[in-house]
Amino acid sequence: MFGLKRASCGIDDGCAGCPMAGSAAVHRFGLDTANADYVVALAGNPNTGKSTVFNALTGLRQHVGNWPGKTVVRAEGAFVVGKAKFKLVDLPGTYSLLSNSADEEVARDFILFGRPDVTVVVTDATALERNLNLALQVLEITDRAILVLNLMDEAERRGISVDDRALARDLGAPVVPMAARRGRGVPDLRETIAGVATGKIACRPPRVTRFDEAIEQSVARIADALLDVHPELPNARWVALRLLEGDPNVIREARAGTLGQGLHRHVVEAPATEVASRGH
Amino acid sequence: MDIDNVIAMATSERSNLKVNLHDRVVEALYQEAGRLTERSVSLPGGPRQWRLDQVLDRILTSRVFGFPAMGLLFAGVFWLTIEGANVPSGMLATLLIDHGATLLHRWADALRIPSFVQGLTIDGIYLAAAWVVSVMLPPMAIFFPIFTLLEDFGYLPRVAFNMDRAFRWAGAHGKQALTMMMGYGCNAAGVVATRIIDSPRERLIAILTNNFAVCNGRWPTLILVSSIFIGAVVPPALAGAAAAVTVVGVAIIGIVCTLLVSAFLSRTWLKGQASVFSLELPPYRPPRLLQTIYTSLIDRTLIVLWRAVVMAAPAGAVIWLLGNVEVAGQSMAHWIVQGLDPVGVLIGLNGVILLAYVVAIPANEIVIPTVLMLTLNLAKSPLAEKGVMIELTDDVTRRVLVEHGGWTLLTGINLMLFSLLHNPCSTTILTIWNETRSKRWTALAVAIPLALGFGVCFITASAARLFGHH
Repeated sequence: MFGLKRASCGIDDGCAGCPMAGSAAVHRFGLDTANADYVVALAGNPNTGKSTVFNALTGLRQHVGNWPGKTVVRAEGAFVVGKAKFKLVDLPGTYSLLSNSADEEVARDFILFGRPDVTVVVTDATALERNLNLALQVLEITDRAILVLNLMDEAERRGISVDDRALARDLGAPVVPMAARRGRGVPDLRETIAGVATGKIACRPPRVTRFDEAIEQSVARIADALLDVHPELPNARWVALRLLEGDPNVIREARAGTLGQGLHRHVVEAPATEVASRGH
Repeated sequence: MDIDNVIAMATSERSNLKVNLHDRVVEALYQEAGRLTERSVSLPGGPRQWRLDQVLDRILTSRVFGFPAMGLLFAGVFWLTIEGANVPSGMLATLLIDHGATLLHRWADALRIPSFVQGLTIDGIYLAAAWVVSVMLPPMAIFFPIFTLLEDFGYLPRVAFNMDRAFRWAGAHGKQALTMMMGYGCNAAGVVATRIIDSPRERLIAILTNNFAVCNGRWPTLILVSSIFIGAVVPPALAGAAAAVTVVGVAIIGIVCTLLVSAFLSRTWLKGQASVFSLELPPYRPPRLLQTIYTSLIDRTLIVLWRAVVMAAPAGAVIWLLGNVEVAGQSMAHWIVQGLDPVGVLIGLNGVILLAYVVAIPANEIVIPTVLMLTLNLAKSPLAEKGVMIELTDDVTRRVLVEHGGWTLLTGINLMLFSLLHNPCSTTILTIWNETRSKRWTALAVAIPLALGFGVCFITASAARLFGHH
């Protein structure tokens, strides 16, 4: 069987390009997060199984509880795919990036200003509609996002089926169905993270949710002004929306001048040169 | 144009907007989420599959049945723990204390190790550690997996849901119910968990009252004392159930104290309105039985046990030294216990128990072993002579405490109350300091439960005396 597989994809450099090529070299690195090549943020609503996904990827045994608000500080762990080392940051659960409550701020600030290379949004497949609210907000900020449909086993048990391909097409981002409690979908997620981080999996530019005409016009005017100041700003529309709402954190970052840099890096660095410049 | 102009522009655009921006944005996001879901999710035909969840929630979070169901559930858990732990506890005690200590003494004699060293190491350090293991391991090995299964199942948020109204009445945050649940495992963990509470005022209330949640280290004390004192005054067939109900009763007194102290704080030093929050009730999930049992044994039982043994070993040495180093014709333990006895007896306890609580500041786990060792030591009981330590069944423990320690039913009840209401352990105190960075609040977190403990025990003791109980 192994021979067959090799023969079927053995065209030139085909095997190296195959996403499964590095799987054999996966190591769980536990707590040792030094010198990571990529930073991956794990976001999601409370109680969607983020910590379970975190444990499955890193091999750590962070305590997992079936109640919201279990993770109050961010936990870090690491894993390796092929030669690239990934630092994984488990964020406290949050319903939205728009609110200002204290325990959600940890998650929010990290996604906004912590500059993760990949943001994984873990969702509860049995309550997708409510969970997509956060996913849509993340997708407005970054195009390097992955949607995890967790708790697929529970969804199946309840007779709910989710068309992950249709969802991926609509969102413009990879969608990975998982049942992290039973270890289902873990290799898939690992490969998808690696693919998005290295640019092998191309994501579409940030998707846009249309608002009222009056809001859209205001946002457009502010975004134009923003682009005058920071011509390279990749998601001026989103920053404009936050400024329009008077988000104190975004205003602070804007004043400090770090806003451009933070959001800049995601888009401008070409994936290929990124890999090269990191020495892998 | 620079960034300040853009910010100013945004501010003026905001004031020109006729619509509520935040609501509209959230609305648009939800509409989009709804549209996407419609395209990719197909739900089952009928609502049949959902019924079990709903039926369970209708009972477990009902205004009428919610609290009784909670009481029954926890009483059941403790009943299982008490009934199940009795036999293995006795077996462990026979093995570790009876046979183990005898064997160690025989080896030590053969090696001609001086009796002072033997006393300090075997009768002090080894016995304390062995006692902690035999008293704590069986109940923990039963209690933790069951509790973790309940947690995995999704019951804890329902408890928080039931408690929410009570906490609102107390002027505290509803999430305090969750931090209280964490406190049932470990108060230090419960104090850290208060980070989920946004308002600093409500967070302080949660920190100051977390100690009223009976922690790991105190469950075994309650279970043991209720088994040997409450279980003994009812017919044997009901002993286990009566003990379980007593333990739940103490936990309920703890909840009442939490609410009363929270209410007091929120009306005096920490005045303010209770904030609103939404709590999502997660779906019930079938717990993974084997994995849960494995991890709760490894992660909780063994870690807690190890901590207890590490704390008990030096405490054992201290107790042995206190009992064997003589000053002016009496052992140091005698002097201290004599000094503490008047206060102890006044509040229905005794000097030994108060000394044990001082020795046990680093870990509540070692209270019972300390009490037993001090009692035997002071009575110069033949039981305490090396090598004749007979097996420590509940009967023997009871005999030791009643005959040598002069305990009565009142002592047992007040020990349970004092176990609930006394200073937090040193780890928790340190955590409170770390979280609040305030000497005042840390001191208050120690003083409040301690004052309550002395007060409540004094009242029960006085009431007992009033009704002719000596």
